[in-house]
Amino acid sequence: MLTYTIRRLVLSIPTLLFISVVIFLLLQLAPGDPMAQVPLTVPPEVKQKMREALGLGAPIHIQYWKWLVQFFWIEPQVFLDWATRESLLLGWLPDTAFAEGKLRVISWQTRSPVMDIVMQRMPQTLWVVGMSYIVGILIALPIGIYSAYKQYSLFDQAGTFVSMIGFSVPPFFSGVLVIVIFSVNLGWFPSIYDTTHVVTDWASFKVQLQQMIMPVMVLALQTTAQISRFMRASMLDNLNQDYVRTARAKGLKESAVVLVHVLRNSMIPIITVIALGIPSIFGGAIITETLFKVNGIGQLLLTALFANDLPMVMTLTFIFAILIVLFNLIADVLYGILDPRIRYD
Amino acid sequence: MTDQITDPSEIELYGALKDKEPPKEPRSQWKDVWDQFRKHKGAMIGGGFLLFITLAVLIGPLVWDVDPKKLDIRNKDMRPLYTLLWDGDARTSWAKPLGSDNLGRDILATLIAGGRASMAVGWTAMILALLIGTAVGVSAGYFKRLDGPLMRLTDLFLSLPILPLLLVAVTLFRQPLRANFGPETGMFILIVGVIGITSWMQTARIVRGEILALKEREFILAARSIGTKPFAIIRRHLLPNVVSPIMVSATLGLATAIITESALSFLGVGFPSDFPTWGKLLSDAVPRMEEFPERVMLPGILISLTVLSVNYLGDGLRDALDPRIRGR
Repeated sequence: MLTYTIRRLVLSIPTLLFISVVIFLLLQLAPGDPMAQVPLTVPPEVKQKMREALGLGAPIHIQYWKWLVQFFWIEPQVFLDWATRESLLLGWLPDTAFAEGKLRVISWQTRSPVMDIVMQRMPQTLWVVGMSYIVGILIALPIGIYSAYKQYSLFDQAGTFVSMIGFSVPPFFSGVLVIVIFSVNLGWFPSIYDTTHVVTDWASFKVQLQQMIMPVMVLALQTTAQISRFMRASMLDNLNQDYVRTARAKGLKESAVVLVHVLRNSMIPIITVIALGIPSIFGGAIITETLFKVNGIGQLLLTALFANDLPMVMTLTFIFAILIVLFNLIADVLYGILDPRIRYD
Repeated sequence: MTDQITDPSEIELYGALKDKEPPKEPRSQWKDVWDQFRKHKGAMIGGGFLLFITLAVLIGPLVWDVDPKKLDIRNKDMRPLYTLLWDGDARTSWAKPLGSDNLGRDILATLIAGGRASMAVGWTAMILALLIGTAVGVSAGYFKRLDGPLMRLTDLFLSLPILPLLLVAVTLFRQPLRANFGPETGMFILIVGVIGITSWMQTARIVRGEILALKEREFILAARSIGTKPFAIIRRHLLPNVVSPIMVSATLGLATAIITESALSFLGVGFPSDFPTWGKLLSDAVPRMEEFPERVMLPGILISLTVLSVNYLGDGLRDALDPRIRGR
């Protein structure tokens, strides 16, 4: 298992490098000019100088190499500096100051380091999208279990229909729908997510809850649809196995049979499915965040794209790619650990 | 004399072995599939609705021949006829059964035109993804040398962040393609291309798995032993046997293609604003949805119903094409 994990980790390095080359080359083809917003009165020579100051004059391979160094070498140093300076865990260590005076990946929009902005945006995304993922799983598991246990019952049919709807109704429609119903007509929840809101007491907590309900529910509908289908299929596979009959024959209670024996075995594939979905939490839900005006990662990517902010787009897309590769690996390893029938070596 | 049948009772005995009625007509595989498919109510309704929508957007412009781009400022902001049911004073007109938008364009006509664009993008992107996926899957499954590299490529594509990359690709290539092919054709090529290129991986994996299993069967060995060329084997013996998984992933592909196109239009990177698609109509209507909820609801419901029917169709097809489930 360990050798397998190490082999996969080593293999993922060329994969990620290749992905970064692909994204970089794609962005190099961009026709947009970061100087497009500069006033026309600025003479062209000055504009050219400004372009070179952004590092645009250098050949492609040097630009790529510089980005690579900044991302893989300088940013970790910045992180180490931060860890030894401010964090609780390592704050007692002396300040390292590795990255003092070194050039980080700079956003063309704000002229500030990309990673700082990502760190500012991350909490909002994690709160909204992460919470929706958890809520979705918590709703999906019981639905999946019960509809498999009572296959073809009314509950099962209804569950199938609801998850079909979850698959079919795109978030930009369901989001607009709940805004029209709950925010415009009923006036229960605000349609705009206020990220500056700070929870201090019960009343402000209630406000936070109210503004979170709609985006969380819109996203949770999709998670629920997917995971409840997987859960149902996996439970159905296990319910007809011989060990279930044995468990019943030896007089176990029905609840123990279903909720202990069958459930534990059916959770194996579900856990990998859940792990595979985690990267999309960090990736943010671009559409839902735009709709409810949550200034998270997805919205950051969208604005960076429209503003031709190539370093930001490059870094964000690459972070998503790292997360996808990493969680693919985690899912495979988890599957091997949980299911003793699987042998990778 | 001993082996001749003389005893009449013995003739009777042989007669009993013959069937009294003619044997059942031979049944083809596709008739079996159809019979199983018919039992799935959701799939029948879904297929019917998909057929209806496709015909409606194809024939619709002939029946309702109003130009969707014609501006009619005097008759702007009409409400649909059905609002009369609860609001007698609403501005409605029989000439505009579903109302008109803020520039007086007829909503029924724009919905039909939008459906045309959405369905065209969906079908073309799905077919493109199927072609790439099947080609990759068949070559990876049949030719051992190609298996490793092609599957690595598939894994690579699977680990790309799709929606961000779609957005990147669309924003980046919009200008050159528009300049070369005109705003609408260029955008069509671009959107179909990026959706097709980013959604073939599942098909490729499924087809490869099927081909790997089929390749070891006796009929392939027999075909090879009489000297059939590899491409003839693929064309005559392998492809007909992987039609069913391809059809199932086709329905999934159609659903995702329609949703992706609408999502791109919704985010404002899709077709130009005077070229309606369902996603575009929806996103254009969002700012005034409090006054005119129907402009959001109608395209949204159409997208959702189309995708829902495609999903149900796929569900039914999966059941009907699986010989283990069929007949139960």
